[in-house]
Amino acid sequence: MQRFISAIALSMALAAPVLAQSYAVTNGRVVTNTDSGIIENGTVLVRDGSIVAVGGDVTIPVGTTVIDADGGWITPGIFAPVTQLGLIEVALEGSTNDTSADESPYSVALDVADSFNPAGMHIDSNRLGGITRAALYPGTGWNIFAGQGGLIDTSGSNTSLFETGSFVVADLSQSGAATAGGSRSAAWTYLDAAFADARGYPGRFSGDHQGDALNRYDAAALVPVVRGRVPLVMELDRAADIRRALRFRTEHAPMQLVIAGGAEAWMVADELAAAGVPVLIDPIRNLPSSFDALGSTLAGAQRLQEAGVTVAYTTQSADGYFNARLLTQHAGNAVAHGVPWDAAFRAISLTPAEIYGVGDRFGALAAGYTGDVVVWDGDPLEVMSAPVAMLINGEPTAMTSRETQLRDRYINITDETPFAYRR
Amino acid sequence: MTLKAWMPATALAAVFALAACSGETGTSGGDTQTASSESGDVVRYSLDPYPSTYVPRESGVTLIQNATVFDGIGGRIEDGDVLVENGRITAVGTGLEVPEGATVIDAAGRYVTPGIIDIHSHLGDYPSPGVNAHNDGNEMTSPVTAEVWAEHSVWPQDVGFEAALAGGVTTLNILPGSANLFGGRGITLRNVPSRTVQGMKFPDAPYTLKMACGENPSRVYGSRNQSPATDMGNMAGYRAAWQSAVEYRTSWNNYWESAEAGEDASPPSRNLELDTLMGVLDGEILVQMHCYRADQMAQIIDLSHEFDYQVTTFHHAVEAYKIPDLLAENGTCAAVWADWGGFKMEAYDSIRENLPMVHAGGACAMIHSDSDMGIQRLNQEVAKALADGRRAGIDISDAEAWRWLTSNPATALGIADQTGSLEVGKRADIVLWSADPFSTYARADRVWIDGALTYDRRDEAVQPVRDFMLGQPGEGDQ
Repeated sequence: MQRFISAIALSMALAAPVLAQSYAVTNGRVVTNTDSGIIENGTVLVRDGSIVAVGGDVTIPVGTTVIDADGGWITPGIFAPVTQLGLIEVALEGSTNDTSADESPYSVALDVADSFNPAGMHIDSNRLGGITRAALYPGTGWNIFAGQGGLIDTSGSNTSLFETGSFVVADLSQSGAATAGGSRSAAWTYLDAAFADARGYPGRFSGDHQGDALNRYDAAALVPVVRGRVPLVMELDRAADIRRALRFRTEHAPMQLVIAGGAEAWMVADELAAAGVPVLIDPIRNLPSSFDALGSTLAGAQRLQEAGVTVAYTTQSADGYFNARLLTQHAGNAVAHGVPWDAAFRAISLTPAEIYGVGDRFGALAAGYTGDVVVWDGDPLEVMSAPVAMLINGEPTAMTSRETQLRDRYINITDETPFAYRR
Repeated sequence: MTLKAWMPATALAAVFALAACSGETGTSGGDTQTASSESGDVVRYSLDPYPSTYVPRESGVTLIQNATVFDGIGGRIEDGDVLVENGRITAVGTGLEVPEGATVIDAAGRYVTPGIIDIHSHLGDYPSPGVNAHNDGNEMTSPVTAEVWAEHSVWPQDVGFEAALAGGVTTLNILPGSANLFGGRGITLRNVPSRTVQGMKFPDAPYTLKMACGENPSRVYGSRNQSPATDMGNMAGYRAAWQSAVEYRTSWNNYWESAEAGEDASPPSRNLELDTLMGVLDGEILVQMHCYRADQMAQIIDLSHEFDYQVTTFHHAVEAYKIPDLLAENGTCAAVWADWGGFKMEAYDSIRENLPMVHAGGACAMIHSDSDMGIQRLNQEVAKALADGRRAGIDISDAEAWRWLTSNPATALGIADQTGSLEVGKRADIVLWSADPFSTYARADRVWIDGALTYDRRDEAVQPVRDFMLGQPGEGDQ
C-alpha cells in the first residue's frame, strides 16, 4: 500500500526500458554484504546493468529513474543454491519433469542446461520471493552421478542461463549406496573408479576400450572435476560419510568438494572448517528423517557458523522448484535459532555465489557488481515481508506471475463478469 | 460437542439405550455390549472400544500476566492476563487479582495464544525416521478402507510430536493417507508424551473419516488396472460405498426397532467398513476430505447431498479461493497450506492468498500442515498468508487470523467447546511466545496442555525426549 511510488516508478521504467538504462534505488536500509555493512537511508545506483555506486550520499545523475524504497529494505538478490527452477513444471507429470533420467545410458555428461526452460511458470513466482540467481541441480537417476549443474538468473529471458557446467552432483548418501549396488562401500568404490576413468581420459578410452565405471562421454564430463576446475557436490547427511568425503577429497587433490544435505555436518564442523569445504544445508531440517540424519537439529546452522564453516542455505525440506522462494523464511528461522542476521542473509545471497565461483559478480551491493537489487517492504527474513520491486541485470522485472493472475481473477468473487473473461 | 448416539433420531428409546452403553458416558469399551431384557438381548457394539486413557497432569494455579493476548476467536487484549485453575481457563482479562499460591508468569512484551490445532497430520503414522517399516499411513490395498483406524498405526514414540509441541501445537488430528477413496478413520490427539496412543486420545472427541478426491486414488488403483482409474471412477466408488452404507444403516435401524419392541429379530452381520460410514450418516463421524480442485469439491458437495451427509472440511483445497461462496453455502470449511503447490496437476493453481480469500469470501478457513516440518511453524504459515492477503487488499486483523490456527480447526474437529480459544471454562491449552508469533523470530517459550506445563524452551526438564532419540546423536536437540 505504501509502495505506490515505487510501483509507479517501475511501471514507467518498464514502459521505456531503452530510454532509461540508469536506476537509482533510494530511501531504504541498504544491506551491502560488504565491509560497508548496512547503510541506513542509502541509495544504490545502477547503470547499464551494473552497480556503479552504493552509499548514504550518492549523487543521482539527471535522467536516472528513481525507485523509492520508501523506508523499506534494499538488498542484493537472493541466490538459491539448490533448485530445479525451469526443470519441473508439475513434479508428478514425468513429461514436465526433467530433473533426472532413470533410463539414460549417461550420467555425469547429463547437463541441466539442455533441460532448462526459462519460461517455466515457477520461475516468476520464485522471483517474487526475491530470488534473482539460482543454481540448477540435476537429480540422480540410475547412477550416483546426477550430471552437471548450471547457474541462472530468474528474469525468464532467453539468456537467463548464464553459466553451464558449473559443478557435478553425486549422491553418496544412503540412497546413493542403494543406487550403487546396495552399500556405501559400493558407492565409494564406484566413485573412486570413476575418478580413475576421468584421470585416464582420453588415453584409457582408445580403440574400443571403456572405463571401469564410466563410458567415454561421462568420463570426459568428469575431467573438470578431477582436475579441480569445478566442484563435485556430494549429497551426504551422516557424519561418518562426511568424514569419508573429506578423506576422498584429500586422496583426490586437487578436486573441490561441496557437501549438500549435511544433516550431521555440525558434528564434523571443525574438520569442514579446516578443510575449507562448504556445506549447503536447510537450517530448519531438525527431524531424524532417516538413519543418516539422526543428528538433525535446528542448532546445526549456528554450530556450523560458530565453527567457521562456509554455509549456504537451501529449501531441501520444502522443494527446489516451487518453494525455493521460502529461502528467506528458512534463513529467518536460522536467526531465530542463533545465527546472526548478517550471516544468515549472506547464506542465501553472497555465500552461494562464492561457492559457485561467481561471488565477485553476484550477492553484494557494491560498485562493479551486477545490478541484482531487491526492494522489500520490511526485513526480508520476516515471513510477513515481501519484495515490492526488483532489478535483475540492472533492469526492472515484472512483479507478476501466473499465481498473481489467478489471484486477481478470483479476488472479487461477486464480480458479474464470468471468470474466464477476467484477465 | 453434543453426545449424540450413532442412531436414527426416529428411534428415540433406542438412542438412550445406546448412549448408555456407547462408552461415551464413561462405561468401558468392549466388543459387544447388550442391553438385556427378558425377551432376549439387543445386540449393540461399542462405539468406543479403544477408549482414551488420557488424564491431564496435575497442575496448580497459574496466572500469566501482562501479555498481548490473542483469544483465538478474534479478540486481542493488550496487557492481558490469563488465569488457569485445575487445568481450565478461569479468567481472561486485565489486572486480574493474583490468587493465593498461584504461579505468576510475567509475560510483558510477550504474546499468549491458544494452543495451535493441526487438523491434518500424519505424525505417528508416518513417523521419523522414514524407513520402510514406518509406512503405516496408507492402507493401499483397496480403494475403500473405511474400516481402518489411524490410531492403530500411531507410534507414540515419533519424535515429530515433540517437535510440533515446540511449535505450539497442543491438539492434532492424525489422518490416514490419501491413496484411497475412503482412507479410514482419523483420531484427534492431545500432543502429550505417552507410552500408548490411548494415553494421547482427546477424550470424547468425535472420530473423523479421511476421504480423498482426484489424482491419488485414480493413480494408485489405475496403475493396477483396477477401479478407480479415473475421476468418474472415483465418484462411482464413493456412490457405491455410500449406497451400501445407507442400506446397512436401514437394516440396523430396522433390527433395533424390532428388537426394542420385543419382536423376534436377528441382527445384521457386522461390517466394520460400513460401521464407519454409518457413523458419518448419523452425524457422529466428521468427514475430512482431501480435495484440491474447485470443480471436484463441487462434485463432492453434490455427492454429500445425494447421500445426506455433511463434508466438514476439504483438506489441501488449493482451489478453494475459486469457490468460497459454495463452501459458505454448504457450511464446509477449507483447511489449506500457505504456499505449497506444483507437485501434481491438481495442485497447479495454488496461490498464496488462498487462506485470506476463502475467509474473505465468507467460508470457514484454517491452516493445516500435512507435514512433520510444516506443523512446527504453523504460526509462520498463517503470517505469510495473512501478509499476502493484505498486499492484495484483504484487510484481516492478526487477532482474526488466529482463528485459522485455533478455533476454526477446533470447530471442524467437533471440539470447539473444549479447546481452540482462551475462554473461561475451556481446557487451558496455551502457548506463551517470545515475541509476536507472526514474526519469523518468535519462539514458543512455554506450552501448557490442560493447564500442565508440557514444554519449556529454557528448561530441559520440561522438554520431552522420545525413546527413539535416547543415545542418538541428536538426543535432546530441537
